[in-house]
Order: sequence, then structure tokens, then C-alpha cells
Amino acid sequence: MISATPLAGYLLIAALLFAIGLAGALTRRNAILVLIGIELMLNAANLNLIAFWRFGEHPEALTGLMFAIFSIAVAAAEAAVGLGLVISIHRHLRTADLDQINRMKG
Amino acid sequence: MIEKADQIFVLLLHWLVGFLPASWQHVASTILCVATIVLLYPALFAIAVLLERKGLGRMQNRYGPNRVGPFGILQPVADGIKSLTKEDIVPFRADALVHFIAPLVLVVAVFMGFAVMPMGRNMVLVDMDASLLFFFAMGASTELSVFMAGWSSRNKYSLLGAMRAVAQMISYEVPLLLSSVVIVMMTGSLSLVKMVEAQNQYTWGLPHWYVFTPWGLAGFVMFVIASMAETNRSPFDLPEGESEIVAGYFTEYSGFKFALFFLGEYVGMFGIAGLGTTLFLGGWSAPLAALSVVPSWIWFFGKVMLWICFFIWVRGTLPRLRQDQLMNFAWKFVLPMTLVNLVVAALWRFMGEGLLRWIVCTAIVVVAYAAMGRVEMRRERLGPRSYRYAE
Amino acid sequence: MSFVFYVVAALTLAGALSAVLLKNLVHCALAVSIAFAGLALFFLQLDAEFVGFAQFLVYVGAVAILVVFAILLTRGSETPKKTEIFSRTWLTGLAVAGAIFAVPAWAVLQAAPWMIHTTEKPAVTVQEIGNALMGRYVLPLEIVALLLTAALIGAVIVAMHEKEGRNS
Repeated sequence: MISATPLAGYLLIAALLFAIGLAGALTRRNAILVLIGIELMLNAANLNLIAFWRFGEHPEALTGLMFAIFSIAVAAAEAAVGLGLVISIHRHLRTADLDQINRMKG
Repeated sequence: MIEKADQIFVLLLHWLVGFLPASWQHVASTILCVATIVLLYPALFAIAVLLERKGLGRMQNRYGPNRVGPFGILQPVADGIKSLTKEDIVPFRADALVHFIAPLVLVVAVFMGFAVMPMGRNMVLVDMDASLLFFFAMGASTELSVFMAGWSSRNKYSLLGAMRAVAQMISYEVPLLLSSVVIVMMTGSLSLVKMVEAQNQYTWGLPHWYVFTPWGLAGFVMFVIASMAETNRSPFDLPEGESEIVAGYFTEYSGFKFALFFLGEYVGMFGIAGLGTTLFLGGWSAPLAALSVVPSWIWFFGKVMLWICFFIWVRGTLPRLRQDQLMNFAWKFVLPMTLVNLVVAALWRFMGEGLLRWIVCTAIVVVAYAAMGRVEMRRERLGPRSYRYAE
Repeated sequence: MSFVFYVVAALTLAGALSAVLLKNLVHCALAVSIAFAGLALFFLQLDAEFVGFAQFLVYVGAVAILVVFAILLTRGSETPKKTEIFSRTWLTGLAVAGAIFAVPAWAVLQAAPWMIHTTEKPAVTVQEIGNALMGRYVLPLEIVALLLTAALIGAVIVAMHEKEGRNS
């Protein structure tokens, strides 16, 4: 049963989102879908950070907020480089299917 | 009396809401404001379309619409009726759901931007702390709707148009944001209301608009360029270049959905013009201290319409750019200039009052523009096109 | 736990689930942008205005568009065959994800409700965030700036097409 605190609700949503993202990253075959799953996981972590900041002892210290801002910036960089890599791999191997990209040598 | 005329809409709202019980007043006033915005901008859209067709007609030595009503002023009504009664065609292979949602996303996103726009003294729907960021966040979601429209049509012209549009909007969003950052640096706030208040001061009867400072003028020029590209206006209208790709991402749209796209485009134009007015041209403040007697909302909407007229003038004057020129211009000229402008604004902030900062900042801006312009111009020989596909 | 919370939660989870389950990659990208927008709404509900708008701007405005571009450039916009959607080891992946969900969920539900008392809205202005970024958090800010520059250059170099005949 979901307890009455609002924090628990946010944490459960975040956990569920993280699990969905992880499931997507582990089960899908397309490399781009794996990246989407990773983005979802990062977002779930952000939700946790903000929820703990909001319901924590010292919201005026801004720690959780700052962590979320930096996390968004890092996630953007990660997405750009990751998608660049996917495009590069596709150019070499003509596929973005992870089950076929199993050679160390291009 | 002057005060009353200035605040006429605010007073009217209070008077209307006064009839309701106290607990409903807040909700009712919000609904009334939203309804006003949603009705007002389509009306302005009709005026702007007529103005554009008439004005372009004059520039091209023809009459423009002149059949419906006196001087053709009822043409927008006729257009509206026509688009409402036309058949709504969805291509057989199209992705029906995405095809249907795309224009709705566009229209909702462009209207959301007006929630934070100060359209007159005390005339703002939500005065939030991060309103500039909110406006840009809403503007960013129009890109996704453009892509949805182009991809879901299953038409290569649509897809090409959408890819062009998205690439262009992403590229010009960076300078658009950076040229607004100087204003944030100067005001020390992301709130549009505070920005207008900071510009609503006068020395010797002249206003403190940001456009009258070296960094403000430079930022203003860059903002105008980026805003034209962001709204897909000529000379940056490659996404819908008729001579190349039919009508770009809304090739496969007809009837009411096409009208929604058309509306969204123009309302987006009003939004960006309103934002530029708020950032650089003092928002609702009067251009001379003596003219402050004229109601503030007249100034705001006057400036926005002037901005639209400028867009029309540019459309009638400049030819369309090529795709590579467009991208080069964004990344190699506009973006470095906005970055230089950030440095100039920081210098201005820390050099203190006096003539010196005017000289230094103007010098930096002028030198940077001249140098960059020269370098760019010399490199810009019209050679064979070289395309690079990410294959 | 208000009504709005449940609506936003349903929206976000539906977006995330369909992003993972749908066949067509472009549909996945559009669905994940719904999930991103839902998360931005969550942030707004938690009184983190600035982060919410930043989330919207970065994820819906940039990351979703990047994903869509990558899909089109890798010719992924056609619906793949049924056998090519999920990996051969999908059952293991699903089990791992389920286990990873179960542990924090169990912990959250078992935890003592120790944070009920703070319900007043924390008054954080954008100015305070800016001051913190330029003061206490200036070093992380600089590192993030460096990281973004490196990522920009790196992404361009990785994705750039080398001309035929010149090295490699």
C-alpha cells in the first residue's frame, strides 16, 4: 500500500521509470532505443534528486536542485556523443542492431 | 482618466469578475484572460495576413486581394470560411494519429508563450520568476511538431521540409537564446516583467531601452535575424520553399489542419516579435517620456505590428538563402557575434558610468562586426555546392 | 497525493512504457518526449520551476530532436520485422529490471515516513540559483562547461564523414 507521504509516491514513480528505462536498454535491439532507455534512467534519478530536495530538511541549500541541473547538462552531452557514435557505427556496419554489432574490429 | 485608459482591460476584468463569489474569482479571471489571448491573436493574425498580402502585392507591382469587401479587407474571413469547409485529406499511408496531433501541438505551444508576455502595465497572465526560460521552452516544442507533421505525411517533400526546418530552428535557437542572455545579464532577472520595468525610465525624455546601447543594438540585430529564421520567414523560408519542395512540412495538410499550421506560424511570429519588443524595445513603455499618456497596451501592440511590417518588408526585398549559406551564416557569423556581445555586455557592466564604456564597447562591437563580415565575405565565393550526407 | 499527481504520473509512465514497447522508432522518440514533458511537470509540481523549464528546453527541445535525427540518419524510421525488435536475451533483461525495481520499491514502502513535516513551499528564486552557480558551485559549473565543449567537438568529429581517399 502506498503510504501517505508525497515523497514515497515520487520515489516509487522514479523507481518505476528507472526500471522501465533499464528494461528498454536491456531488451531492445536498436542502439538508439538503448540510448532512450538510458535517458529515461537519468531522468528518473533527476526526479529523485528533486523530490529529496523538496521534502528534505534544508531546501534553501539548493543541493538537490544543483545536482539535477548538472545532471541535465551531462545527460545532454551524453546524448549528443552517444547518437554521434550510433551514426558512426551505422556508417561503418550499415546497421544499428546491437545483436549484429558484435565484432571488435570494424 | 489617463490612468483609467491605461488600465482599461485590468479594470474591466476586475469589474466582470466582481460579479462572482470570491472563491471563483481567481479561476474566472484566468479563464477570461486565456480566452482573450486565444481570441485576440487570431484576430491580429487576420489583420497581419491581409497586411502581408496587400503589402507584398504593392511591392511586386500588383494589387493583392481586392475582391471581398471594400479594398479586399474581408479576404481573411473568406479564407477562413474556405479552409473550414474544405475536405480534410489524410494520405493513405500517413500515420493518422501523428498527422492529426502535429498541428495541435504547434498551436498549443505557440499560444502558451503568451502566458508570460507583459502586454501592458499590469497586463500579464502569469508573472513567474523564470518567464524567459518558459517562453523558450515552449518555443522549443514547436520543432517537434514540425517534425511530426513532416514525418507522418509519408511524403518525401514533407520529410525534406521538416528536416530542413528542424535543422534551421535548432541552429538559430542558439543565437536567439544567446542574444537574449545579454538582457538577462543586465537586468539580473529572467522575468519579462522586470525587464520592461528596467527599461521604463527616462533621461532627458528619452527612454532607457536596451536597443540604445552598443551591446543592445548588436544583440537586437542578431535577435531579429535569428527570429526570422526561427519563424521560417523569408529569406530563411527554405523549409517551405515552393520552388524546391512544394510546401515543405505541410504539403500534405489541407482544410482546417492547414489553417491551424498557418495560424500557428503567424502566432509564433507575434510571440517572437512580442519577446523581442519586451527584451530590446522597452515592451509597453512609451518611446518618449512625453508620450507616456498614451495607454501602454497601444505601445506594445503597435511595436509588435511594426515588427511584423518589418518582416513583410524583408520578405518582399531579400531572396531566399541556400541551405549551406543558411547554416554557415548561423554557425560562423551570428553565433560568434552573440558570443562577442556577451563579453561586451560584461565589460559594460563593470566599467561603471561614463563616456569611456560607450567608446570601448562601441569600438569592440564595430571592429568585431567589420572583421567578421570581411572574413565571411571574402570566403563566400559562389562555388559548386558540396553536400555531406551522414550516410 | 493530489489528483494532478496521478494524472502526471499516468502520463509519464504511459510515455515511458510506449517508448520502450512501440515498434516504430519514431513513435518511440515521440513517446519518450511525452515522458520527458511529464517529468518536467513533476518538477514544476515540486516547486522547482527553473529545473522544470530547463528539463523541457533540453529534453523536448534538444534531446528528442537529436534522437529523431539519429533515427532518420540510420534509416530506422521503417517499422522493423517482428523478430528484430527485442533482443534474444530479453527475458534476462526483464528479470534484471524487475529486480532492480523491486528493491527500491520495497525499501520505500518499508521506510518510516520521516519527512512529512515539510510541506511549505521553499521560496527559491532564479537569482539564488544563479548566485549559487556562480559562487559555491562554480567549479562544477566550469567542469560542465568543459564537458559540454568536449562533447560538442567530440560528437562532430565522431559523426563527421571522412572524405574518400584521405587517410583510412
